[in-house]
Amino acid sequence: MATALPVTSAQPRRAGAAGILLLLAIAYGLVPLVGTSYLFEAILTPFLALALAGLGLNLLTGYAGLLSLGSAAFMAVGAYAAFNLSLRLPGLPLPATILLAGLIAASAGVIAGLPALRLRGFYLAVSTLAVQFFVAWALNRIGWLSNDSPSGIIDAPRLVIAGLSFDDARGRYLFSLTIVALLTVLAWRLVRSPTGRNLVAIRDHETAARIVGVKVARTKLLAFALSSFIVGIAGVLWAFAYLRTVEPAGFNLDRSFQILFIVIIGGLGTLRGAFLGAGFMVVLPLLLSRLGTALLGDGFDTGTLEMVQRIVLGTLIVAVLIREPAGLAALLDRAFRRLSPRS
Amino acid sequence: MVAGDEDILAVEGLSLSFGGAVAFAEIDLSVAAGEIHAIIGPNGAGKSSLINAITGLYAPQAGRLRIGDARFARVPARRLAELGVARTFQNLALFKSLSVVENVLSGLANVQRAGLTAQLLGLSAARREATEHRARAESVIDFLQLGMFRGRAAGSLPYGLQKRVELARALVANPRLLLLDEPMAGMSAAEKAEMSGFVLAAREMLGTAIVLIEHDIGVVMRLSDRITVLDHGRRIATGTPHEIQANPAVIAAYLGAEDDPENEAKAA
Amino acid sequence: MSPDLAFLVEVVVGGLLSGVMYALVAIGFVLIYKTSGVLNFAQGAMVLFAALTFVSLIERGLPFPAALAATLAVMVVVGLTIERAVLRPLVNQPPITLFMATLGVAYVIEGAAQLAWGTQVHALDLGIDDTPFDVAGVLVSRFDLFAAALAGLMVALLTLFFRFTRTGLAFRAVAEDPLAALNAGLRLPRIWSAVWIASGIVALVAGLLWGARLGVQFSLSLVVLKALPVLVLGGFDSIAGAIVAGLIVGAAEKLAEVYLGPFIGGGIEGWIAYVAALAFLLIKPSGLFGQRSVERV
Repeated sequence: MATALPVTSAQPRRAGAAGILLLLAIAYGLVPLVGTSYLFEAILTPFLALALAGLGLNLLTGYAGLLSLGSAAFMAVGAYAAFNLSLRLPGLPLPATILLAGLIAASAGVIAGLPALRLRGFYLAVSTLAVQFFVAWALNRIGWLSNDSPSGIIDAPRLVIAGLSFDDARGRYLFSLTIVALLTVLAWRLVRSPTGRNLVAIRDHETAARIVGVKVARTKLLAFALSSFIVGIAGVLWAFAYLRTVEPAGFNLDRSFQILFIVIIGGLGTLRGAFLGAGFMVVLPLLLSRLGTALLGDGFDTGTLEMVQRIVLGTLIVAVLIREPAGLAALLDRAFRRLSPRS
Repeated sequence: MVAGDEDILAVEGLSLSFGGAVAFAEIDLSVAAGEIHAIIGPNGAGKSSLINAITGLYAPQAGRLRIGDARFARVPARRLAELGVARTFQNLALFKSLSVVENVLSGLANVQRAGLTAQLLGLSAARREATEHRARAESVIDFLQLGMFRGRAAGSLPYGLQKRVELARALVANPRLLLLDEPMAGMSAAEKAEMSGFVLAAREMLGTAIVLIEHDIGVVMRLSDRITVLDHGRRIATGTPHEIQANPAVIAAYLGAEDDPENEAKAA
Repeated sequence: MSPDLAFLVEVVVGGLLSGVMYALVAIGFVLIYKTSGVLNFAQGAMVLFAALTFVSLIERGLPFPAALAATLAVMVVVGLTIERAVLRPLVNQPPITLFMATLGVAYVIEGAAQLAWGTQVHALDLGIDDTPFDVAGVLVSRFDLFAAALAGLMVALLTLFFRFTRTGLAFRAVAEDPLAALNAGLRLPRIWSAVWIASGIVALVAGLLWGARLGVQFSLSLVVLKALPVLVLGGFDSIAGAIVAGLIVGAAEKLAEVYLGPFIGGGIEGWIAYVAALAFLLIKPSGLFGQRSVERV
């Protein structure tokens, strides 16, 4: 099945590297100095967690063309794995806990991806839904997973690395930022490697990929593993750095769709897309609620906001798919090109 | 030429049907090392199906295949590259969103050895391999005069160039056997001449045996060492261009097909 | 009949009857998938929208037939609008893109339905007595029987439509081979419009039945999730498959819940159908009746 999802890696840009360094300098240098705890807690930390989840899903759906509707389940596996590791292996350093949680999520991803060896397209999407429902069920029913807490709610442990505490709002932001930056570098190396090329080859033309000797089955499972690894760690951030207290219902199907929407709106098959989409997803409700209150006054309650948000999101998804399948990333690239004098 | 051990490809009594519809039946075909062997015949004669069966995309119901020393009832498509076989497709099968260079590099997927960790960490083994593969890809790109387009997304190129990129992707692995399914369909006379030149040069430089499906009889006559003619899924003749031109069965098949304006246009 | 056996039969019959309702939703999918290769995730939202519109009109004092006619008209418009505004511009896009677009459509419809009609749960009374009655020692719900009969009627009507009308025959030609149908001069857009209208009507019937059963509320749109395993099992492109698979899933789900549930904890109906359908699919990739498609290269 050939798809027309574009990848912009065809035109590597030097200027990009400088831009990224600048962004990192701002994120590490400027933001922690001037940010308020509202900015860290309500905007930046959820943005980072969602962006990371989007990044993971994008490897699978954007690059390898394998649609997953179960991202939230892999987030949940990561979060609950990290919770259990820190609970049951108290001596384990936090970075090791996170790494192991990611690996557990990756194994779950491989299991979920096994049907991909026989099934395609929608059948595969449906099988990821099965994972979504199974994980939700398991977390609710198997008390051990949440240390027998009622309705599966878990609390995050303290965030301490080598004696350094990251428990306040700014600390949790920096903690998330560091993990996201590291994994983004990893993903960036991946998509530019021969393996990354194989992912896109399978998406663009599976038969041709098989004929030139791409190990299709192995590569698909690898895509599931890598994607779930990253999404699982995003789940850890969501639970440990952002919410601090989570329940299984926080990782429901709506969350999976949210991650998918981040990837579609931001740009399928681009790493930037995950960040742009996540930023949009975090800012949209804030914007809508301001706008709604300005226009309607008190009549604009949270229920209305949620409905309006659904309509806006749905409309945007359709509009993006029709008008700009490469999402915000492509829009931004075009704007950038128009501004720069060369070419 | 007689079928012998030096043949790179030997097809014996191969038959394929979809449901009740026969695609081809009891086909024998042998291709010697370094030979250019054309398969011609009217539309629906079973040419593409034959190539798809040889490359393992279709499962033939009867017959046997030999590629090099390996014998099969059905060729596993995933082992083709390893067997030294490459192909192009009738309808383009490029990785549309990858650049020209990346498409050509993907033709080396089978000889990719560096593991994922080495690639991600940029270990020297991975770097060395990447440099070596890039050099191979660039030399094929130069050979096929695709240098100007190396960074462009393959899907954004005009049709004729895409066909050429597909040839480059197939050639980069130095295959022993190359199957070209209508590499010149829809091309202008000038483009066809250019492509013919590439096909001949590829055989010259790499010693690759080439199976060629082509509708343009002029091109076929110029390029081929031997020609096999299919009609309604049956092999009606095999021989040198000279023999084929004089073969009464072939003439009858082509004259019989002349009512079909589409064939006439393509054969002209 | 021994009480154990009677109970077993009761469970199976109950499962089969709810399976009919799954099949009804699944048929809505199949109609669209067969003609345009779109897996319409918005089918569930359409079910919700239909039920919510109907019940709101009734609550505003419209008589039953008028509310039914008005909702029917609304669903026709909804179906046509989706086809024109969303699917038509995306023609020739990969199936995965089309699917994601219908996901967007589902969000729009769900938001709009609740914005327009509110989020509270509405009771929907179709005037059918839901007292169980006794058939040879087995208790059967009157409502379930009615629902099954209505779903059966729906299927019969659709079958007649596709066998004997011009548009229906064209539909089948398109489903067989879209390219050939196009070459033969069939007007694809007209057929697409027709199937979207048809699936709007199927959504209405499903919405009324499911709404009467579960109450009209947001969770109605989740019937789409019940229909997916049915589609996996029956094949996305087979109406017969949807019906048989609906029955199998309905019965298997009830059996698993009653006999398996106590051992591995309740609530397994959320995923057991998926796992079972996928397991079956791994053994027989084309589903119950679907044809194995030949890879075109």
